[in-house]
Amino acid sequence: METKPLTGRFREDGRAVSLKEYHAAGGYDGLMMALSMHPDNVQKRVQDARLRGRGGAGFPTGLKWSFVPRTPGDKYFIVNADEMEPGTFKDRELMERDPHQVIEGAAIGAYAIGAHTAYIFIRGEYRYAEKCLQQALDEAYLQGILGKRVMGRDYALDIHLHLSGGRYICGEETALLNALEGKRPIPRAKPPFPQVAGLFGQPTVVNNLETVCNLPHIMRLGPEWYLSLSRCEDGGTKLYGVSGPVNRPGLWELQLGTTAREILEIQAGGMRPGHELRAFQPGGASTDFLLPEHLDVPLDFDSVMAVGSRLGTGCLIVLDRQTCPVKMVLNLETFFARESCGWCTPCRDGLPYTETVLRDLVAGRGCHEDLELLQEMIQWMAPGNTFCALAPGAMAPLQSALRYFREDFERYAGKGDG
Amino acid sequence: MVEIEIDGHTYQVREGASLLPTCLELGLRLPYFCWHPALGSVGACRQCAVVQYKDAEDVRGRLVMACMTPVRQGLRIGLEHPEAERFRASIIECLMTNHPHDCPVCEEGGECHLQDMTVMTGHVRRRYRGFKRTHRNQHLGPFINHEMNRCIACYRCLRFYRDYAGGTDLQVFSSGHRVYFGRHRDGPLENEFSGNLVEVCPTGVFTDRTFSAHYARKWDQEYAPGICPHCAVGCNLSLGARAGVVRRVINRFHPKINGHFLCDRGRFGYDAVNDRLVRPRFEGETGVSGAALDILRGWRKEGPLIGIGSPRASLESNYALQRLVGKENFHLSPTASDRQLLDRVLALLMRPEVRVPAPLECEECDAILVLGEDVTQTAPRVALALRQAVQRHARDRAEALGGQPWQAGVVKQTDIGLRHPLFLVVPHATHLDSVAHYCHYAPIGEMARLGFEIARAVEKGADGHVTPASDIAATLLKAERPLIVCGTSCRCPELLEAAESVAMALARRRGSAVDLLCIVPECNSLGVALLGGGTLEQALEKVERGEVNGIIVLEDDLYQRASASRLDNALNRLDRLAVIDAWNHRTAQRAKLFLPAAPWSESVGTWVNLELRAQRSFAVQPPQGSSRAAWRWIDAAGAGEWPDLEALFDDLLQDYPQLRPIQALTPDPSGPVPRQPHRFSGRTALNAPRQMHEPKPPPDPDSPLVYSMEGLPFHLQPPELQPFYWQPGWDSHSGALNANPRQADRGVRLVDSMGPGDWPIGISATESPGGEKTGRYRRGYWQVVPRYHIFGSEFISARAPAIVQRTPGPYVALGPEDVVKLGLRSGALLRVHWDDEELVLPLIVEHGLSPGVAALPWGLVPWFPADGEIGLQPLEKGE
Repeated sequence: METKPLTGRFREDGRAVSLKEYHAAGGYDGLMMALSMHPDNVQKRVQDARLRGRGGAGFPTGLKWSFVPRTPGDKYFIVNADEMEPGTFKDRELMERDPHQVIEGAAIGAYAIGAHTAYIFIRGEYRYAEKCLQQALDEAYLQGILGKRVMGRDYALDIHLHLSGGRYICGEETALLNALEGKRPIPRAKPPFPQVAGLFGQPTVVNNLETVCNLPHIMRLGPEWYLSLSRCEDGGTKLYGVSGPVNRPGLWELQLGTTAREILEIQAGGMRPGHELRAFQPGGASTDFLLPEHLDVPLDFDSVMAVGSRLGTGCLIVLDRQTCPVKMVLNLETFFARESCGWCTPCRDGLPYTETVLRDLVAGRGCHEDLELLQEMIQWMAPGNTFCALAPGAMAPLQSALRYFREDFERYAGKGDG
Repeated sequence: MVEIEIDGHTYQVREGASLLPTCLELGLRLPYFCWHPALGSVGACRQCAVVQYKDAEDVRGRLVMACMTPVRQGLRIGLEHPEAERFRASIIECLMTNHPHDCPVCEEGGECHLQDMTVMTGHVRRRYRGFKRTHRNQHLGPFINHEMNRCIACYRCLRFYRDYAGGTDLQVFSSGHRVYFGRHRDGPLENEFSGNLVEVCPTGVFTDRTFSAHYARKWDQEYAPGICPHCAVGCNLSLGARAGVVRRVINRFHPKINGHFLCDRGRFGYDAVNDRLVRPRFEGETGVSGAALDILRGWRKEGPLIGIGSPRASLESNYALQRLVGKENFHLSPTASDRQLLDRVLALLMRPEVRVPAPLECEECDAILVLGEDVTQTAPRVALALRQAVQRHARDRAEALGGQPWQAGVVKQTDIGLRHPLFLVVPHATHLDSVAHYCHYAPIGEMARLGFEIARAVEKGADGHVTPASDIAATLLKAERPLIVCGTSCRCPELLEAAESVAMALARRRGSAVDLLCIVPECNSLGVALLGGGTLEQALEKVERGEVNGIIVLEDDLYQRASASRLDNALNRLDRLAVIDAWNHRTAQRAKLFLPAAPWSESVGTWVNLELRAQRSFAVQPPQGSSRAAWRWIDAAGAGEWPDLEALFDDLLQDYPQLRPIQALTPDPSGPVPRQPHRFSGRTALNAPRQMHEPKPPPDPDSPLVYSMEGLPFHLQPPELQPFYWQPGWDSHSGALNANPRQADRGVRLVDSMGPGDWPIGISATESPGGEKTGRYRRGYWQVVPRYHIFGSEFISARAPAIVQRTPGPYVALGPEDVVKLGLRSGALLRVHWDDEELVLPLIVEHGLSPGVAALPWGLVPWFPADGEIGLQPLEKGE
């Protein structure tokens, strides 16, 4: 049985898998199978496979779908490919190298919730990924895979590509809906959730692209096989990536629940000579730092949560001893402050404030009070205190850095006191 | 009602409401920014955070935003929880990182919601050491100042301007803390309700530009409760004045008329009172009051005088004039045809099949037919209410999806564009078109015909839906609460008749009264119609026949009522023409004797609005110069022996027993009501260059309001007399109102007590109005419809400098077909003539104007016969 369903068909030369190659490797069999089932059974199969969302929050995909009302009317299925999390580059690979897998997944998802229109919302800079997907879409339409009769069945589906105008907040599912509607990408109030009233006010499911790519395989090979892929309660493989001073930065499809040590030491080939691991962020810029003592924690949703961080996107960012953690945090907060949408006060004005304090610290203008202030700011932007998860995400690296690298902050803090 | 617990105290409150206004109504101090009672909750500012406990056992609780939290039985809240207090202070700290420290020079200072909230949260120490972001400000026209650096990004401006008022030229640009609220480039804010930004903005980003020109601090002004005189809606407002200058107008909440918002004409039109005539004039020479009165008294002895009353003067002044000249010699300035329209309106409103909604009640209606009225221009506040009615559909959907109607964000994001149907049958494109289900542009006669057709279709129970009329009829029949809006602006009795027959047909089919609102031209049009009197033509005929040769004109320019040739013909025969008014105009220029009337801002008066609601307006300052309330001039000339307004009012009610319900308007507070805030300063300094003693406050025999800070404390003032809003801790106008919302309905709705026969009808009905209409027009001639402008078509406001800047120049408008047929372009000059008038006017292309129909701007060109015909000759082709 296959162990690398998502990346198994990738071509050596890095070019996109063609429709012919995709077909040859069992492509679109999953969709065919889904179409022969009642949508409820498709949902059930995905629930049984224990697929959890790969965008960062880890919400069970089948459960998310089940909130969509069964009543007739317009519904939308949206693939979130607005991959803007710093240090994350997994969805891009999937789009550029196996675009039909994305289309098949989207079609299965759309069918499962009864949508006849799907959108793939792509990060604005991913021009090449868009090109690959567009080419694949054209092929799919030409072959009758999409359109009025999907694969010759009595089911119509159109898939549209939408290239983002380019802001981090567009990846937030409700801001994405506003962006897609041509409005300012600010998050929406919940409830009602998008599954009830989403795009253009109609029931909508937004799934991360990697999540969607799992669907054809769950359909084709079944929940039991899917569960057997992982090392934890939840099913499947996961794309793990590593960036930073390691020997082989890159992206690998591994069992869900692979430990950070295996990823860093075996896949990434360990730290580069002369560099020593100090900490890592397990799943992108908005996840709390973990320390070398956490290397043996399985990188699955629950295990990472248990040690005070989040699996996030599964793309690790490595911090070595040569790099100043305060400066790294400043770099991250500069990004988040810039990317705040400007809707709610703590995020809009609090993040630039955080950035200013860190910048002052690094520039030697800081004082000891600043550390207390930073600690307070983490409270200001704690989950629930802001309108969406952007600012709490931005606080994650800061709060763990203050916990783990206190001495570095204090060294700076002393400088401006006299 | 449910029981909730806040900081250990239990309260009985309304279920389902938002927790924030619930707390405010309980008198609790909970700071907020982005919430607004009319705009709802969006949860953006995070200022109203409180701790919510899960249940009776929960001791930790979690922070929630009060504005987003619905009130439920058993809700347990910690408002004073240290975590909530700390968080609320942090929001101010965040906002202050960019807010400039310019309070001393900021016009919002002292009535700034941000100042109040800063003090309320207790954030006093600044820790931020960085730079503040700066913006470039825009020139937004004559009404509004723009100072973006002060912005705290609460988004209320956009939510009012775009979502509520339908404006399109204000938007938020950029993101993060760089967000910028402005236009795409400098230029006047186009929406007719832009002035509300001044009050909607919680700080000094949008401030009143007319106020800037003669600025005074909030506490340094005297205030009075006024009624807007600029149209027939009768919005309630507060006037602010200091040292003989009216400084500004602010909204005065009325739950049934204007709510929280005014139109720009109402807000910025006040300035006309600061530039007017305040000295008597005799034969062109400025004189003194005593001499002027002697002349008027002398004239009375010389022979009978005709009095011409005015729909923009108060009931009291009109009545005084009637008493002076006698009922038989009392006329009203509207012509016979205009009077017939008003009589018809009165009869229509009092029909049992008709229910006259208050302007804000229109928001509850779920299908609306507008027949022949450009509501945005003739009764702007009503247009704003119609817009809300149409948008309510989105609220219904949000509720169906489990949202709360006050969750504005939810309403917006679940909005799928469904609107309650609004049908516009109008002579040309209007600003409501964008929210209308269907717009039918037609000449006046055809509008009436369509109206009758709708009535017939309603009668038949319309099926098939094949014509616009049957479609409209079917929709009106389906609606739970249909509304018909008609009016007199086209000066067409058939249009009113058509509206009436639609209402009658609907009422018959529904078996209950139907909502109908009729727009009339002036603030007291219906009031004077109730008093009755001869028509303008009858007065002129008396002069032409030589029966009288003296006329007293009350607060009116007759040249805006009838053709100049007709007026010249009569007025040339006069020996004695007296005008009592505040402004100079063509009639005033011809007057032998001019007496300066105190305008609405300086006199007390009663007006009857378009729903037949009588309301009283109060003076904000004593009459300036030699001016007096018009009725006082008339009284002094020998009309009565009225020491004060109440004495006159008593006589009026004696003569008009059917008006007795308005006796209730006479205020009866338990003590004097101060016009001055208790922090009013400079009482002696104002006059210090001349003398250093504190002058005795001027008396005001006509109202319980006093020119002093002494009197009833705020909570004991009756709402109809409350001059301004203030609460301890809430210095901003809107904050103070929300902290103590007084929902009391005010005014006396005569429509509920009067019936047919309660007003003197018949004088005008005997006359045939105007010439016979053939329906066919001669070559070179066009049927003319009046085009109304919120800025310029109303007499008083058209004299305010800021309004003047927004008033279009005179023009003639044709529809696109005619323009093409004539081979003309916009801007082409045309010779336009009617009666003895001949003008050269630039051409404007007016979308929707039918072939053969021309539009002239009402009030911006000399009087013309509405629904008559004008001749047009192109002089050049245009650009």
